[in-house]
Amino acid sequence: MTEPSEHKLSRRRLLGGAAGVAALPVLHELVPHTGVHDGLARAAGGHGEGAEVPGASKAAHAGAGHRGTVGSVNPAVNGFDPAEIVRDFDEGKVRRVAGRTVREWEIVAEDKEIEVAPGVKFAAWTYNGRVPGPTLRAREGERLRINFVNGSRHPHTMHFHGIHRDIHDGIPGVGPGNLGPGGSYTYEFDASPFGLHLYHCHSTPLAEHISKGLYGAFIIDPKDDRPKADELVMVMNGFDTNFDRANEVYAVNTVAFAYHDRPIRVKRGELVRIYCVNILEFDLVNSFHLHANFFDYYPTGTKLEPRDLTDTVVLGQGERGIMEVRFPFTGKYMFHAHVSEFADLGWMGFFEVVD
Amino acid sequence: MEAGQATAERAGTRRLPGWLAGLLPLLVLGAAIGLFVGLGAPGLERNGIPVEELSVESTKLRPGQIEVTVRNDGPDPVAVRQVIVNDAFVGFRQSDQEIGRLGSGKITMDYPWVEGQAYEIGLVTATGGTVAATVDVAAETPRADLGFFGLMALVGLYVGVIPVGIGMLWLPWVRTMDPRWLQFLMALTLGLLAFLGVDALLEGTDFAGTGSQAFGGASLVFLGAGAAYLALAGVDAWLRGRRDAAGGKAGPWRLAFLVALGIGLHNLGEGLAIGSSYAIGSLALGVSLIVGFALHNTTEGLAIVAPVARGEERPQGSLGRLIGLGLLAGVPAVLGAWIGASAFNPSLAAFMFGLGAGAIAQVIVQIAPSVRDAGGRLLHPLAVAGLLTGVALMYTTSLLISL
Repeated sequence: MTEPSEHKLSRRRLLGGAAGVAALPVLHELVPHTGVHDGLARAAGGHGEGAEVPGASKAAHAGAGHRGTVGSVNPAVNGFDPAEIVRDFDEGKVRRVAGRTVREWEIVAEDKEIEVAPGVKFAAWTYNGRVPGPTLRAREGERLRINFVNGSRHPHTMHFHGIHRDIHDGIPGVGPGNLGPGGSYTYEFDASPFGLHLYHCHSTPLAEHISKGLYGAFIIDPKDDRPKADELVMVMNGFDTNFDRANEVYAVNTVAFAYHDRPIRVKRGELVRIYCVNILEFDLVNSFHLHANFFDYYPTGTKLEPRDLTDTVVLGQGERGIMEVRFPFTGKYMFHAHVSEFADLGWMGFFEVVD
Repeated sequence: MEAGQATAERAGTRRLPGWLAGLLPLLVLGAAIGLFVGLGAPGLERNGIPVEELSVESTKLRPGQIEVTVRNDGPDPVAVRQVIVNDAFVGFRQSDQEIGRLGSGKITMDYPWVEGQAYEIGLVTATGGTVAATVDVAAETPRADLGFFGLMALVGLYVGVIPVGIGMLWLPWVRTMDPRWLQFLMALTLGLLAFLGVDALLEGTDFAGTGSQAFGGASLVFLGAGAAYLALAGVDAWLRGRRDAAGGKAGPWRLAFLVALGIGLHNLGEGLAIGSSYAIGSLALGVSLIVGFALHNTTEGLAIVAPVARGEERPQGSLGRLIGLGLLAGVPAVLGAWIGASAFNPSLAAFMFGLGAGAIAQVIVQIAPSVRDAGGRLLHPLAVAGLLTGVALMYTTSLLISL
């Protein structure tokens, strides 16, 4: 086992290709290994299970020509699948204690290599083996207990956005502070205020601990339910694969172009609620833009009245908001960062609206 | 242990034939390596993680397509998995899924590049590393068809054969010279050659600094120089031997031949540089460049005929010999342009410039005695003046050329 971070910095030379030429009269036989279309074909049908993958659609690939990556990421390699993460809410274990609901989760930090774009591996740090970590969901006023175990080879914490005492804030130097490998702690606080929040590691260097994958969405539902809807979680993230403190790969829920290749299927006319969190590091802003439609926007989700009816929101680091939308027509509707560079580098997807 | 037994046997009975004894250490070495590798390098553990080093050898642009050729400089195989052009993932094909040590691979991406714009290509490896290739000014890479080779031949003629030939026309004038002035002329030739030699070394190390370092980088220049120096010394010794056998006295022609050979090797490198720059579209074959090269290389013709002028005898067929010398010095420019345009590789270029430098150094050693004055001094005032004039002439004309 080796220490990944230190050596990698120097192990790659960025060689400018000033050099020359070779207008070879006889070109080598190019062996096309995975053309774009092969890749798409595999993305469409290569998931082994045979059964319908949630959110995936074979028909949607026929005309796909926007994306740039070659090949596809097999979810089995990562052990998690963006197509499942998007509708996966972890409500923990609930107990009644003295007339009050206590909600508990077990969270383990693990080092894990994940594939963030086809063929491109990233030495991630994860909560429960996935990036983003589980979407923790509670109701306003409940008592929350998060039993955290650090199974990583590096010190970590869990820092929740919310209202709580300092010792449960999950930062170095206060309360339990940094938890070394094997360390554990139970963060405990009341769910407040309702809205869409997030949690992430707060060990230093902060940007490194966050950008390597230690983050997740944290939803506190209001006492009275929001209207019934098809609910989706989108954590906008990116990966600095070559350690130059800039992202090479952008995505929602980790895998570049995941929802481009396998669109998220929604029903026409049904209310769709998107919990969108921006945890991108190194870039100051991220954005969410929906094609051919407008959505009600609830910044941070802390009010029940929408602030805006729009098709584009810009989010700074750590900013998040809830979007509510109904699709009036069937078909394929794109969503992506309107920071176009991020879109070209993986943050681009489709809704497939069906009857 | 095997070795020990063998030695004992050899000392005792001398049953082993000599060649087998010479082979024995090699056999033992082979067996040892086989055992070492077979057992998975016992006692040694790899420290650290795989090193990925790819260097870009060429970037070619075709309509709607960019092709990058890379070479693996590092000890471990490298796998390119995605390609980013100007901050966007693009589709691509590649010749090899994984590029082994010293191996090369070709990555072809479909990309609607626009003429005159700059592009930054990032090859993303399986571990997420990026290898950068840049296109400073996008322009279609010339195709290597018959017309292209014809053009390169023409360029070689313009910058190599014709100017050298013209320079040799000084011969009749040189023959009428006072011997003291002839000495000056020889010193001038030395100056010219010294300039060319240093120039070749610098160009060679320049090329060596780009592209793959796996084949030795700058050491290739010096390897080339050493090889050419020794080879020319060998040729010279052989020529002297023939002369002695024939009882003739072909000293001046021998010198002229060596000068022509040295200059020819230098022009090989020059042609290579021209051809490669043209092929990547970074060279405008303008009138001024050709005129510059022509002026520059005309002086080389003078250097070839200067030794011949000293000879009193004018053997039969000397015109043929002169033409031969001119071609020897000039034609390599054509050859170099072809190689440069079709199979360019910075390591090869570095080696070739090294050859030129080494050859010139040997020629300088050969010519130097003819500059000595009656007292045997090499750096007498006239010689120094000639040397400086030669260097100045080359320096001035070199200003007209910039690739």
